[in-house]
Amino acid sequence: MIDERMRNLMMAALDGEIAKRDRRELDAAIEASDDLEGEWDRLQRLKEVTGTMRLESPPDRIWQDYWSSVYSRMERGVAWIFLTVGAVVLVSWSVWQAVDEIFQSSDAPWFLKVGTVSLIVGTVILLVSVIREKVFVNRRNPYKDVHQ
Amino acid sequence: MAREEPDDRTLVLRVQRGDHEAFGVLVDRHMRRAYFGALGLVGSHDDALDLSQDAFVRAYRARDSIDPDRPFYAWLYQILRRLCFNHLRDHRNRARRLREAHPWLADDAWSAAGRADPAITVEREEIRTRVRDSLALMPEREREVFVLKEFEGLKYREIGELLHIPIGTVMSRLYSARQRLANQLGDLL
Repeated sequence: MIDERMRNLMMAALDGEIAKRDRRELDAAIEASDDLEGEWDRLQRLKEVTGTMRLESPPDRIWQDYWSSVYSRMERGVAWIFLTVGAVVLVSWSVWQAVDEIFQSSDAPWFLKVGTVSLIVGTVILLVSVIREKVFVNRRNPYKDVHQ
Repeated sequence: MAREEPDDRTLVLRVQRGDHEAFGVLVDRHMRRAYFGALGLVGSHDDALDLSQDAFVRAYRARDSIDPDRPFYAWLYQILRRLCFNHLRDHRNRARRLREAHPWLADDAWSAAGRADPAITVEREEIRTRVRDSLALMPEREREVFVLKEFEGLKYREIGELLHIPIGTVMSRLYSARQRLANQLGDLL
């Protein structure tokens, strides 16, 4: 079993971030332990392998269009806000008008009135439930960042 | 004489006063780093482009909360990594997707070997495939530290500052990541 200090010293040595004194300590420990020596050799070979790897570059043209894409998204974001606000206002007003019409009308059958009330109550309960979950439960859930 | 480029602090202050062009300069300055930061985490060019651009858009929306006296990229990176982690959680079959995605990990030794010895080329290709698969399955936080160190070449101190974690944690995550990779490569090492 390799202790945490030796692990950290091996990492620092592999990445060229080790102090001279720590390097001497690591060298002495490697010489004294076959397990540590084996692990050190393995990590050095791994470093050689990954040292030649890099993230593949995308085609150059994406950099030319990058800012214009970001700008378009920013613009679209504003457009979506206006669109959403407008839609919410119009839909709310239409629903209100429709409900008002149904309840004002003496010709409307009773089951239509009951159905409308049921629809409204159901929608309100759902909305409250979703909002409560988003606002309170997620905020207090200590495992929300844990990959399930 | 060339005009001196304004620093990030100056640009952030201008952005906070509603200057779009200043934000464009910030985007130009940090887009590559943001893109590669996302690529290392999600392993797909298309997703990296989409997520890095989304991070800039969200940064612009939240511009009033940027502290001009702190490094802009470190602040942006917090948004970017959150977007990338959420993206990975929303795509649970990412390992398969990554294998099918356009290659995102290049190996300079493989490219050089291709001109020399076909046997070495095959071995390097196998190594690259196993490294890529292992990275795809690695826990997000280990993968993040590994990518920042190995592919972006950051110092431990810089990684610690970027992720708000102690240097000891950087090293222990790196050790775990390398252990996984070494186990995955097994006989090829």
